[in-house]
Amino acid sequence: MLCQECNKRQATLHFTKIVNGEKTEFHICETCARDKGEMIPGTPNGFSIHNLLSGLLEFDPPSGNPLSQSSQTVRCESCGLTYAQFSKLGRFGCSDCYNFFKERLDPMFRRIHGNTVHSGKIPKRSGGMIQHKREVEELKRELHRRIEEENFEEAASLRDRIRELERKIAAD
Amino acid sequence: MSLRKFMEEALSEWMKGNGPDSDIVISSRIRLARNIRQHPFPMLSTNNQSQEVLDKALTVLEDGQLRNLCEFEALKLSEMSELEKKVLVEKHLISPNLADESRNGAVFLSDNEAVSIMVNEEDHLRIQCLYPGLQIQEAWELASRIDDVFESRLNYAFDEQRGYMTSCPTNVGTGIRASVMLHLPALVLTQQINRILSAITQVGLAVRGIYGEGSEAVGNLFQISNQITLGQSEEEIIDNLHKVVKQIIEHERAARERLMQESKTRIADRVYRSFGILSYAMVIDSKEAAQRLSDVRLGIDLGLIRETSANILNELMVMTQPGFLQQYAGAKLTPDERDIRRAEMIRQRMEPAEAAES
Repeated sequence: MLCQECNKRQATLHFTKIVNGEKTEFHICETCARDKGEMIPGTPNGFSIHNLLSGLLEFDPPSGNPLSQSSQTVRCESCGLTYAQFSKLGRFGCSDCYNFFKERLDPMFRRIHGNTVHSGKIPKRSGGMIQHKREVEELKRELHRRIEEENFEEAASLRDRIRELERKIAAD
Repeated sequence: MSLRKFMEEALSEWMKGNGPDSDIVISSRIRLARNIRQHPFPMLSTNNQSQEVLDKALTVLEDGQLRNLCEFEALKLSEMSELEKKVLVEKHLISPNLADESRNGAVFLSDNEAVSIMVNEEDHLRIQCLYPGLQIQEAWELASRIDDVFESRLNYAFDEQRGYMTSCPTNVGTGIRASVMLHLPALVLTQQINRILSAITQVGLAVRGIYGEGSEAVGNLFQISNQITLGQSEEEIIDNLHKVVKQIIEHERAARERLMQESKTRIADRVYRSFGILSYAMVIDSKEAAQRLSDVRLGIDLGLIRETSANILNELMVMTQPGFLQQYAGAKLTPDERDIRRAEMIRQRMEPAEAAES
């Protein structure tokens, strides 16, 4: 098999990544690996996950397309990292990068994790507000039902509960 | 210092090797990646910014709530010698990345070394719990409690949609890496290992050698961990890993039984030869030592060798690493000198009197 980079030499380094049955393969020769500043596995600074990731991140459309321009200029306003730098490093610079690169992240997360939305632990304190917000929405729907049923006694107690939660959210 | 005393002081809880399924599972580990809001990740931090993160982490440590869980000691990487760092890496308590590249890097170590909290590694905080045997759930519960203490004092970078935001996109979401280290000599001997390992990668798990990313599997030791961190809950991730590991354990046990039934003499020959070499060799490199130790451990598990205690593999795999050997010698050693020291340390540990004492 020929190297994907130079299409001349024999590919001797083969990487396979499988996530949820979706397979991505890289085949590259040692010369191209070295040219790209990547070492051979087994030596220090081996071809790392970040190098592989940058392969996954570079899905810019061919030049001439207006989108490929913007990838050079999209920048996180908090830490200054550009999307192009992020693609190269395979790492975010700060938590705000997630927001500034938002539109571009879903395909990448889907490739790595097969998913785009967190469904695990929610931190007690900062995440508590998220839970409160979800509860308020639920209670408001319940409140409407009670009012339509003309069950004003229960509606009043729901209203108090909502006010209490909203005070907590506002206090944050 | 006598070897026994040196070893007792040097051993972490996980190397003592008592835990469920510890005939096959060497250790279980949970690592949580956490970051603090409004601070750049360590990769982009200036000296002052990473110092601020360290100061914040230290205030949590001094606060006392953590002490209800474990006693911790804070160690700054800048104040440690190269050798001290190396030993911590070999004991799996810090990463090579923290040892060599961190700015204002520090580690909070619990007194039994079951917990290590790295500060300013790739993420601001990396909470790691390491248990002997198959105890992923136990490790997760402790890690999560420690996480809660930090979260009660620090503003975590958490997003409703993305979960815990991490420097590397492969950790986002739960920020969890659950891993189990397995000793699988019978699956290697019966040549079933490749089939099993490739099946593992198809269910979203990764297989590595004992010293993490990119390291070779030596001594028939394999580290299996989750790859996916986004979209699955911690419980699902742990349950998935636990089930797969349980199946591998069953396969390994079946392979061991078959070896004993079908080729007992050959297996006995193999483990006794290795026993002989470790007992009498004057020079041994780390690769041969790892293979021989794996054989001897298999011999112990199969009831063929009774003179030595089972944790010899866990102990010596770590203690015959370059950093440890040099720390025991109290001097820098050339690779040739290390091979001599290694053989010496193993010979001493193999003496029956040592086993009787322990």
